Amino acid sequence: MEVKSLGEDIYEIVCGTSHYREVNSKVKELVLKGAKKVILREVYGQRYIGTGIKGKVKIEVYGTAGNDLGIFLFGPEIEVFGNAQDGVGNTMKEGKIIVRGHAGDVCGYGMRGGKVYIEGDVGYRVGIHMKGYKDLVPTFIVGGKAGNFFGEYMAGGILILLGLTKRAGEDIVGDYCATGMHGGVIFVRGEVPSRYLGKEVKVFEPDLEDMKILTKELKGFSDAFNIPLDEILSEPFTKIVPVSTRPYGRLYAHRWAVARGLIK
Amino acid sequence: MNSYSEMSGCGLAGIVNREGKPIPGKYIYDSITSMKERGNGMGAGYAAYGIYPDMKEFYAFHIMLDEIDRESEVNGVLNRFFKIVKGEVIPTREVPSLYKKTKPPVFYRFFVEPKREAKLPTESEEDLVVRAVMTINEKVKGAYVISSGKNMGAFKGVGHPDEIGDFFEIKEYEGYIWLAHTRFPTNTPGWWGGAHPFTLLDWAIVHNGEITSYGTNKRYVEMYGYRCTLLTDTEVAAYIFDLLFRKHRLPIRAVFTAMASPFWKDIEHYKESGLDKVYEMAKTIRTVYSSAMLNGPFAMLFAFKDGIIGFNDRIKLRPFVAAEKGEVVYMASEESAIRVVCPHPDKVWMPKAGEPVIALLNYCDSENVCYPA
Repeated sequence: MEVKSLGEDIYEIVCGTSHYREVNSKVKELVLKGAKKVILREVYGQRYIGTGIKGKVKIEVYGTAGNDLGIFLFGPEIEVFGNAQDGVGNTMKEGKIIVRGHAGDVCGYGMRGGKVYIEGDVGYRVGIHMKGYKDLVPTFIVGGKAGNFFGEYMAGGILILLGLTKRAGEDIVGDYCATGMHGGVIFVRGEVPSRYLGKEVKVFEPDLEDMKILTKELKGFSDAFNIPLDEILSEPFTKIVPVSTRPYGRLYAHRWAVARGLIK
Repeated sequence: MNSYSEMSGCGLAGIVNREGKPIPGKYIYDSITSMKERGNGMGAGYAAYGIYPDMKEFYAFHIMLDEIDRESEVNGVLNRFFKIVKGEVIPTREVPSLYKKTKPPVFYRFFVEPKREAKLPTESEEDLVVRAVMTINEKVKGAYVISSGKNMGAFKGVGHPDEIGDFFEIKEYEGYIWLAHTRFPTNTPGWWGGAHPFTLLDWAIVHNGEITSYGTNKRYVEMYGYRCTLLTDTEVAAYIFDLLFRKHRLPIRAVFTAMASPFWKDIEHYKESGLDKVYEMAKTIRTVYSSAMLNGPFAMLFAFKDGIIGFNDRIKLRPFVAAEKGEVVYMASEESAIRVVCPHPDKVWMPKAGEPVIALLNYCDSENVCYPA
């Protein structure tokens, strides 16, 4: 591991195959010293990059970011020039993650705030258990396609799937999309085959209010990757929302309690 | 680096040169060692193909002995089945950090030629080898066959992948196919015989995850004379592969349709979308080989003399990435483990659940290879 100072408040770390603990503690140390920007070069799967740092700092990652990139993220902006692996933005609260490549499985798990933009495809179980509270509304935007279990058990926030890498005959999303969803909203550019959708959701055409939100959120994505907003919005979107806030509320309920009206 | 680790899950890696050109052991060593974090130092191993070019017509038996005195007993059993061409201790290097965990057993290798008169009436040469393996594993106390194929071998033990790699001097070998594994044992003991890869004849397998259908699968293969003796779920997958591919002569795609078969609702969908033939095939395989289906979360790599096949469980509960650079195909649990030995692959992708990635040598003209390929 090699650390260099590139002028005022900018540092560069050449990671190689150093252990993630060394890399991450060095980043933390530099941020405490007042670094505004840390550039990580030759990253080979170091995990948990960006975690445990509070405040506005920019982290640039060159190489392949390891699992749980930006887990519990609380402020920093991370930009990956390359691909990311599993668990991007796991339980993040604040900040921004931009991945100029694809990302793996279980991204955005339990995310509760901030923004994640993935340029390419994502794997399975992306956006599961996303949640929102009052003004904490997480946004996760995927430029490519997604695998199975997209938005499973989603409880809040905005999940957007664009399918810009989709070729003819390919599905934009996999099976069990939005299964058990009970909050938040999913926007998909194009159509989702109905056999892939969970029973707990309904599909709508976005109304004017939705289009306002969509345009606002997609502006950030369009700026990040330099893709014209008109081009992204050139195709109709599908809006997926849950039919109930408690889809399994009665699953294990006693029929006596249901009959008495104690459980609705 | 210190030997700390965190709860993670196993890691696996595989490399194949489709032209059959040798790949130095350093590549697989670096690839698997970069995923050290995925194991906890309680098991690692390598399998290599093309490492014994001068002895390629003989079966190479790698045998693990609890004590060196067992060698004479093993020798006795082998002599009943084979003519022993050469027997030697597998060279190992001093790795002091290994000895803190366990006392390493002794590793022997024998190059053998089957005796014609040892064959039972309906037995093929391969059946004879399988019977010899089962006999040693079951009857000779403290001796385990680690590998038994031609021109290939497995090296494994209790340690981190770099420790085991150094112990067996993996960097000294060159092979056209490599598999490697780092283990985080959960349900079964971490012992030298329980490390991956598991092999039989020239099949080798490394596995991340668990086979929750182990009981069903074990009873199924036991009906055909296989004995599960290594105290772990993975070996059963190697025996199922041998049964379906070699004994039942299923095409390779059918083997993987049986082992990670689609859900019934997806099989029905084949029919709805007009794929009647695929529907019939999938339904038949799912029905006939229901006991060969592996359930539970897993990613696996299979290797045999003609290539590597990687596949996932049906809903992708374990990570699996593949990449290609010219004639070389890489597979691993993490993309970074591929990039560390091949920084700029032509193509990197995340395969779909249950869909095998089949990387065979160029002389195999179709993906629908049958045994003998």
